[in-house]
Amino acid sequence: MKSADYASSQYICLERDNMNTPKIVCQNISKIFIQKGTQRVHVLQDISLEVRDNEFLVILGPGQCGKSTLLRIIAGLETPSEGTVLLDGQTVTKPGPDRGLVFQSYMLFAWRTVMGNVEMGPKLNGVPKAERRKIAQHYINLVGLQKFENHYPHQLSGGMKQRVGIARAYANGPQVMLLDEPFGQLDAQTRIFMEQETERIWQTEKRTVLFVTNNIDEAIFLADRIVSLEGKLPGRMASVYDIDLPRPREHTDMKFLHLRQMITDASTLTL
Amino acid sequence: MAYESVKVEKPLSLILLPILSVFTFFSAWELIVDTGIVPSTMLAAPSAVIKLFLIKLTDPNPDGAILAAHAWTSGKEAFIGYLLSLAFGLPLGLLMGWFTVVRGLARPIFELIRPIPPIAWIPLTIFWFGIGIEGKVFIIWLGGVVPCVINAFVGVRMTNPTLIQMARTYGASDWQIFVQLCIPSALPMVFGALQIALVCCWVNLVGAELLAADQGLGYLISMGRRLALPDMVVLGMVCVGFVGAVIGYAIERLECRLLAGIRR
Ligand SMILES: Nc1ncnc2c1ncn2[C@@H]1O[C@H](COP(=O)(O)OP(=O)(O)O)[C@@H](O)[C@H]1O
Ligand SMILES: [Mg+2]
Repeated sequence: MKSADYASSQYICLERDNMNTPKIVCQNISKIFIQKGTQRVHVLQDISLEVRDNEFLVILGPGQCGKSTLLRIIAGLETPSEGTVLLDGQTVTKPGPDRGLVFQSYMLFAWRTVMGNVEMGPKLNGVPKAERRKIAQHYINLVGLQKFENHYPHQLSGGMKQRVGIARAYANGPQVMLLDEPFGQLDAQTRIFMEQETERIWQTEKRTVLFVTNNIDEAIFLADRIVSLEGKLPGRMASVYDIDLPRPREHTDMKFLHLRQMITDASTLTL
Repeated sequence: MAYESVKVEKPLSLILLPILSVFTFFSAWELIVDTGIVPSTMLAAPSAVIKLFLIKLTDPNPDGAILAAHAWTSGKEAFIGYLLSLAFGLPLGLLMGWFTVVRGLARPIFELIRPIPPIAWIPLTIFWFGIGIEGKVFIIWLGGVVPCVINAFVGVRMTNPTLIQMARTYGASDWQIFVQLCIPSALPMVFGALQIALVCCWVNLVGAELLAADQGLGYLISMGRRLALPDMVVLGMVCVGFVGAVIGYAIERLECRLLAGIRR
């Protein structure tokens, strides 16, 4: 409701010609890190992309090609050396509650329960206890962790920990979810199950999603659109794929396998 | 039940060998004094120390107080100094770990004072406080503050930087990150400080009492020296060691229980 209002006001004031105003715009982003004081490492070069409202965009690339850096720039944790990130037309300069970040390595507070972790965002922003409990409970249920509210992270499996991470990001009420290889630490079986869960959660509570992965299957299974990065530094955009397979998808579907073959072939060329 | 509890036998040698070593140690000690290899004016035999211990339980002579009174005085001084050093050192160290301003202001002074052994302050404290309890509490406090500051500081500095960034993406302020993230992360180091500071306090207490006191275990030792009574010296030493070990053990138990509650 709220985001629809917002989109229409954007529509008027920016005089866009369609309702698909991009939620996020990255304009010519480059990033150069200075390592050990003197060494320049060119990590990202000239990344330009637009993410539509409620789109599931996957950023695909092998390890060490700057995926996390790109996501952290969009999150506002790093500043780009060149270029800008726009969120709803506003330049991103620092982290904000409009973007929820999910880390590969869970990053839960070990001394807080599932409930304590999930209600963190609202609590930090001064939401009264009863209300934030309600919000947190809603997202705990959404990710399927009901009955585990009072468990501590070490009592949970990897998949459950990442569910907590996702619920926590959701509970802070972001418009954009940024997920950095969220299932990279899970075993293959759990991973596939969590991908299905991600799809279900996203269908229930649509958000704009930027999902980073190094796994082609995962990318095709989840994405509306895949942006693949080149496999060497500096990370450049290699290609963009529109995935218009019907959801939920089947890993063994002929079209799925065909796409998989195509993307695999294309990415081996750039490696 | 997925887990069966299994009784693990302690190897017999780990039970017997400590008994053997302690027994041998005390026998040898007794023997070298009894046979006169070391004259009894230089070292008291264990039997003499035990005898004096039983006497001193009730007899205030010749040093003016019964053993329990000495132990009580020392314990009181150490405890007050210890608590004060925790109350001051831990917050200072925690704040220094997170807030650049506090670190910038406090660090140089801390680094200047740190290398001075607390015992070196005794003459000044005698000018300031005489030989009353305040001077000794001050010395003990000095000894305890240093490990408190260092451990709390390091504990905060070791907070996972990615967790800090995570908290920032949720809009946490500096103060919120400090209270809700840095302090919990630093807790294991802080508990380490409780132990280390206690040892420092206890060690400095005896030093302070050796020079400026009219009661206490350190005073007992120094009276033993002045009256040329080696058994009294050794008795004082044994009591210092014993009380210190008991307090250390108590803190360790407390730490286990509290940390178990936190880590779960
Ligand atoms: N804060 C940083 N300082 C210096 N170099 C960095 C920093 N963050 C990342 N890098 C460098 O950027 C490169 C890409 O890292 P990253 O974005 O994490 O890649 P990916 O997530 O694709 O594996 C790495 O080689 C890394 O050394
Ligand atoms: Mg990464």
